[in-house]
Amino acid sequence: MGKLVALTGNYAVAYAAKYARVDVIAAYPITPQTSIVEKLAELIESGELDAIMIRVESEHSALAATFGAAVAGARAFTATSSQGLLYMHEFVHWTSRARIPAVMAIVTRALAPPWNIWPDHSDFMDQRDAGWIMGFAMDNQEVFDLTLQAFKISEDPRVYLPVMIGLEGFILGHTTMLVELPEQEVVDQWLGPRKQEYVIDGKEPLALGNLAWPEDTEEMFMEIQKAMDNAKKVIKEVDEEYGKLFGRKYGGLIQCINCEDAKYFAVSMGAWSGDLIEAVNKLREEGYPIGVIRIRFCRPFPYEDIWEKVKNSKGVIVFDRSISFGAWGPLFTDLLTGLYHYTNNLPIMSNVVAGIGGVNITYNDFAKLLTSFIETIEKGDKPPVFTWYHKR
Amino acid sequence: MIKHEHLSLKYMRREVLPTAFCPGCYNGIVMNALFQAFEELGIYDLRKYVFVSGIGCSSWIPSPYIKADSLHTLHGRAIPVATGVKLANPELEVIVIGGDGDLASIGGNHLLHAARRNMDLVVIMINNLVYGMTRGQAAPTTPKGMVTPTTPYGNPEEPMDVARLIANTNANYVARWCVSQYLFLKNSFKKVLGEIKRGFRFIEVYAPCTTFVIRRENKTPGQKLKELMNTCIGYEKWEKLPAEERTKHIPTGVFREEDKPGFLDNYKQLIARLKR
Repeated sequence: MGKLVALTGNYAVAYAAKYARVDVIAAYPITPQTSIVEKLAELIESGELDAIMIRVESEHSALAATFGAAVAGARAFTATSSQGLLYMHEFVHWTSRARIPAVMAIVTRALAPPWNIWPDHSDFMDQRDAGWIMGFAMDNQEVFDLTLQAFKISEDPRVYLPVMIGLEGFILGHTTMLVELPEQEVVDQWLGPRKQEYVIDGKEPLALGNLAWPEDTEEMFMEIQKAMDNAKKVIKEVDEEYGKLFGRKYGGLIQCINCEDAKYFAVSMGAWSGDLIEAVNKLREEGYPIGVIRIRFCRPFPYEDIWEKVKNSKGVIVFDRSISFGAWGPLFTDLLTGLYHYTNNLPIMSNVVAGIGGVNITYNDFAKLLTSFIETIEKGDKPPVFTWYHKR
Repeated sequence: MIKHEHLSLKYMRREVLPTAFCPGCYNGIVMNALFQAFEELGIYDLRKYVFVSGIGCSSWIPSPYIKADSLHTLHGRAIPVATGVKLANPELEVIVIGGDGDLASIGGNHLLHAARRNMDLVVIMINNLVYGMTRGQAAPTTPKGMVTPTTPYGNPEEPMDVARLIANTNANYVARWCVSQYLFLKNSFKKVLGEIKRGFRFIEVYAPCTTFVIRRENKTPGQKLKELMNTCIGYEKWEKLPAEERTKHIPTGVFREEDKPGFLDNYKQLIARLKR
């Protein structure tokens, strides 16, 4: 049995990195990520964590140093937000395409201009073509669990891809909740030290990142696509193992709530799923047959798992907290294309983009949107494919 | 009754006041010195001036407070944006205001290359010794041994002396003044706005962060100002000090002063030569 402590989401990230016994942390301050590295600096300098902190001069250097440390065999970690993530984007691709395991926490925040420090998923979702495994937490306990699991997933030889874990700034990042911390010995036995065949350790000369012909290059990237497929299995295995050892199992790539007899599904990702679940509980009391599919991993995208849940449903409404301008919310477009693989007769699908720039969406908003979605379909009408729900 | 108004108000967007700066923040002193320089030069209309800034507390000085065109840009990228503005319309006077974190840390390479090119910009760097806006973490300018949230047991790294570094480039003008040396600071502003009107002109203002440096020392901004009057000395005097004394003092003064052709002059010359 572990111990219960009150932690902010950011501190939960820092403690997960500590429990994973990271060797190197390289980071640059940015709101709302900063308190992760502050906590890690404190843990290192008080002797609780045996690691090296590199106080780099930019986010680009933060991920570069994390990459360098991981190449040299260290368990490496970094964290950032918003513009910082965009600035390191070059190295985001570099790390995954080099197949170097590492873990990065993204405390999500809107993109500028105008300058804005409030949360949405724009920064996180912008990385979805980069070859990273991408997980997103709903509460601080899951922040801890996912971050710790991220090391296990990333370092699995069937995967060898970096993992980023998202959590909303302020909503989770700076809000305190009870988090159960495991026993270090159990974590050590389960995770063990980082092992990888190819690291730079002075034994055998390696040439990493040199020029390759087009065919070789393409084959390397085809391997990443395969690793993403493998990751689906690995994520589920890790979730199972973790559940057995630490008592918390989430369901793999998605978590389904109130799904058993549901005729309608609401799909979401992140902290606002909590408000969505509350709204669905309220609607259930009123007799609406609706369930929530919470996306825990959006890369690899859980098409199969979601299809299994929604294949007999009448309608699916997808809530996106980011937008691909000129198209729709990215979770919606990913899900729509994925489901089309299984059927020519899709359930009615609708996309709501909301909460952009940190606009606060409450369970009342969700309840209103869900009721209107269900009632429109029940009347025999078709709800709009896309709505940008805005309020003041 | 005569109603006196602070001279700075002439140059500020009144509708956005009060400023977001902490009480006692030295940004106000720098703003006053800059505005006084404008006034003494007889410049009352800033429509020919463009202020460019990145991210950090001092980057807020032009945006939104100065009543002129202001471009609030990405962290570290004020100098390349300013370079673009200046080259697109050389008639404009382009002034960058930023902090040590913005200009010397994440934007450090732009600072070096703009100085190397002798780019026709005025760059005012307010060195508050930390990343102030994110609550005072260690920056490349943080003194060795200083306690910050990312160096809770003292900074193990040596700081960067930005003014003396830039003084070793091709820049036309390089000076550093402590915020306590108001008249020197104002005169430096007058020099780069009224006299040396081309090339790279860099002024570092040593102004420790009120909240995350001075308060951690259990001092008030006023007490710190008095202390700086003794800490900050002319660099010629500083160079004669024994090594252990040097670390206790800040060398200030004008490190470089020339009026050689800037980037634009050299570029125009090249075009003229090739047209012949």
